[in-house]
Amino acid sequence: MPKDSGIGASSKRREDVRFLTGAGNYTDDINIRGQAHVYFLRSDVAHGKINGIDSSTAEAMPGVVRIFTGKDFEGIGGLPCGWQVTDRHGEVMQEPPHPVLAQGKVRHVGDPIAAVVADTAEQARDAAEAIEVDLEELPAVINMKEALKEGATKVHDDLTSNLCYDWGFVEENKGAVEEAIQNAAHVTTLELVNNRLVANPMEPRVAVGDFERGTGNSTLYTTSQNPHVIRLLMGAFVLGIPEHKLRVVAPDVGGGFGTKIFHYAEEAFCTFAAKAINRPVKWTSSRSEAFISDAHGRDHVTKIELALDADNNFTAIRTETHANMGAYLSTFAPSVPTWLHGVLMAGNYKTPNIYVNVKAVFTNTVPVDAYRGAGRPEATYQLERVIDKAARELGVDPIALRRQNFITEFPYDTPVAVTYDTGDYGATMDKLEEMADIAGFAERRKQSEAKGKLRGLGINCYIEACGIAPSNLVGQLGARAGLYESATVRVNATGGLVVMTGSHSHGQGHETAFPQVIADMIGIDESMVEIVHGDTANTPMGMGTYGSRSLAVGGSAMVRAAEKVINKAKKIAAHLMEASDADIELKDGAFSVAGTDKSVAWGDVCLAAYVPHNYPLEDIEPGLEETAFYDPSNFTYPSGAYACEVEVDPDTGKVTIERMMAADDFGNVVNPMIVSGQVHGGLAQGIGQALLENCVYDENGQLLSASYMDYAMPRAADLPNFEVDHSCATPCTHNPLGVKGCGEAGAIGSPPSVVNAVIDALNSGGKDVPHIDMPMSPARVWAAMNGAAATGHGTAEGRSLGGASS
Amino acid sequence: MTSVKMTVNGKSVSGEVEGRTLLVSFLREQAGLTGTHVGCDTSQCGACLVHVNGDAVKSCTMLALEAEGAEVATIEGQANADGSLNVIQQAFQDHHGLQCGFCTPGMVMSAAALLKENPKPSETEIREYLQGNICRCTGYHNIVKAVLAASGQDVGAIAAE
Ligand code: FES
Ligand code: FES
Repeated sequence: MPKDSGIGASSKRREDVRFLTGAGNYTDDINIRGQAHVYFLRSDVAHGKINGIDSSTAEAMPGVVRIFTGKDFEGIGGLPCGWQVTDRHGEVMQEPPHPVLAQGKVRHVGDPIAAVVADTAEQARDAAEAIEVDLEELPAVINMKEALKEGATKVHDDLTSNLCYDWGFVEENKGAVEEAIQNAAHVTTLELVNNRLVANPMEPRVAVGDFERGTGNSTLYTTSQNPHVIRLLMGAFVLGIPEHKLRVVAPDVGGGFGTKIFHYAEEAFCTFAAKAINRPVKWTSSRSEAFISDAHGRDHVTKIELALDADNNFTAIRTETHANMGAYLSTFAPSVPTWLHGVLMAGNYKTPNIYVNVKAVFTNTVPVDAYRGAGRPEATYQLERVIDKAARELGVDPIALRRQNFITEFPYDTPVAVTYDTGDYGATMDKLEEMADIAGFAERRKQSEAKGKLRGLGINCYIEACGIAPSNLVGQLGARAGLYESATVRVNATGGLVVMTGSHSHGQGHETAFPQVIADMIGIDESMVEIVHGDTANTPMGMGTYGSRSLAVGGSAMVRAAEKVINKAKKIAAHLMEASDADIELKDGAFSVAGTDKSVAWGDVCLAAYVPHNYPLEDIEPGLEETAFYDPSNFTYPSGAYACEVEVDPDTGKVTIERMMAADDFGNVVNPMIVSGQVHGGLAQGIGQALLENCVYDENGQLLSASYMDYAMPRAADLPNFEVDHSCATPCTHNPLGVKGCGEAGAIGSPPSVVNAVIDALNSGGKDVPHIDMPMSPARVWAAMNGAAATGHGTAEGRSLGGASS
Repeated sequence: MTSVKMTVNGKSVSGEVEGRTLLVSFLREQAGLTGTHVGCDTSQCGACLVHVNGDAVKSCTMLALEAEGAEVATIEGQANADGSLNVIQQAFQDHHGLQCGFCTPGMVMSAAALLKENPKPSETEIREYLQGNICRCTGYHNIVKAVLAASGQDVGAIAAE
């Protein structure tokens, strides 16, 4: 029987009611009396020198309040980077300044040059058109490998080169890896591109800055996944506003997927300008602006080598990756190709020797940072593609090859510095084989062939590291923040609870799932628990939501705070029942004394805490409210096995996904309905990456895929129904809920299975195609089938442009 | 500035607009109905979808002045008279057809237009009809299921949850 409430129940989402009736409160729905609007004049060239800005005509236009340029921000800090990577020679990364408005130079299409504040958004835009910028266009550097050549144009004149860092991991393993590759019975090599993507949450970014003259307090309303982090970064590093004078509110947020983690120039601008002109200032991004100002994702070019012994055991992995940083370092950009990518290169396999090299490169493109999965999809994709290629080269079954190399004993120390606490990769693969009806595939292939179609089956595994992360560890790795989470549990006198959490919900359903946990702990109805989040004024310090960390870290903080509340409540109950604390049990919303029939209801204890007439005042304070900070002791390691079945039309190269299956191990699951929904969304984004989405620059740095006309978002008819399962559960061993995180799995696990399936289909049709780069558009598939670059799609040299080659 | 007057969710609404003011801006900024969203500037995403004289219209592609005298329906007017969710809204909640909720008003309005035209659509027909509405969160699986359920069809065949 499925449960109908508490942990494990598919409770319907309470937040849906407001979203379904138009009563949500998104940032763009916020309008403050007297607000002005800002329009950013952005660079239309990828690289240029600003010789002068003449805004005199614009200033005289109707409604214009003030025009800001880089000069207004000369004395003000730039946007900080939150992670400092140390390279393989022990040097810290090159870290260029990132001004709020361009100072002297523009470095990508979309870089803001001036900001026009006017009474209406239309007036601001009209006036911006009248600003004359004397912009001297400079040669742009777009291709990562070109950017690293001697004498290449530099994105930042003050840096020694365009190399941000050259990272080796684990540097000490390098020699052993080389030796293992030399001694291998077989080495499979694959060069591939992890295509640049744009996260595209459906709600574009918005910022509203407000300044209260009477108190000197600033408030920023913003579309953020982590308002406290924005308060810290913007207050301390950019504008010099102490945290107690700055409130950041992220109300209902329409999706994030990583791109709303980062601190952006527009947030700092609106907060700054509101004070400067003494009026609230609002900015609403258009979608076109989002394409050239939201941080992008992925954009890795990788060569991977997998060495095997004569028995097909993996003996070594060596990778070399070029990772695009874009023109500036976005908040967490340096951590993505390193600590979120390199440490996952063992995957689900007991490969003894691993060496990962990453060169992070500045180019004249929009900054690149975390996007759903962040580093982990890149690791999974290359590993699961090279294993598939090896299986094909060796003529062995790809599932058997994986199974043979699975890690089977836990805890397991990988050669890339992490310890997997638990998992059962055989179990998810068993489950997947059952779901995918692999035995019936041959028959389905025959049916497709009868229709003139090629059918392919692709499978892969994945592991990810979530619940980010132990603060002392990330501190050593270069994080400039702690990565705990906090929660306050406030019990009201009448027994209802409010949980104030630093986690932020922008689609994940915290308002429903978190109360399920509390309801179970106390034995009360879920409706008695309310979740408050997204406002620095009424929640404790928070690190926000990303990296599938909300329940594993934020939920754990909530559990710890609730435990403190319950312990105190037990003391009150003991007093009321004249018993010893140790004998008090809490069950079904009532405290009882073990071995007696004495009991007192939850509500009566809460009332006693606030009306302490009969109360142990000499021992404990009145009231019932506790805060806890939870710092995880390890990452969590969700894992799983995915399968995809495709049909390829040999005449057009068009790929159709026939079936998509995911068997995940998320540990314990609080709300299975929400978890399945998270996997669905991830699968859609992964399939989007594999078949449709591509962020393409031309050689001059113009973004060619800058709207939904050119950037192919997955639409309803592009996707199949999904079959997902999360019944294989090995609970996380180190957090109180035994949960692992589910938000990114779908986006991590699906791209390799789609590509593996297409390659399988083509090979079944007698086409010896070892690889096709994503997105596998009909043009690319058709070209590969017809002999273009049959030995690999293009060269790594050509790959630096990601999607530019068709 | 020109004055414009229309009926929105059964109530008369009027205001002063520029010739270039879009219907979606009028609804959000002057009528105060912020349930209708703006997700793009190329008429691709459908977050702004409303009904104008009974037809599904992307309100970012229509000028406010073009809606002079029209009957406009938005998400705010969709619930039952007693405030409870209507059949489509309820199906979206029951089948988890929304996550962040940003595309949802447009999806619900689009689904309503579909079911008016085609009361028992097939899964393929639903997927094709919703081509003009982008959702980045759900992967559409549960949206399709919700629309099927709202049309009174069995959703048992679509994988659980
Ligand atoms: S806002 Fe109207 S279609 Fe996107
Ligand atoms: S629910 Fe977020 S875009 Fe559809």
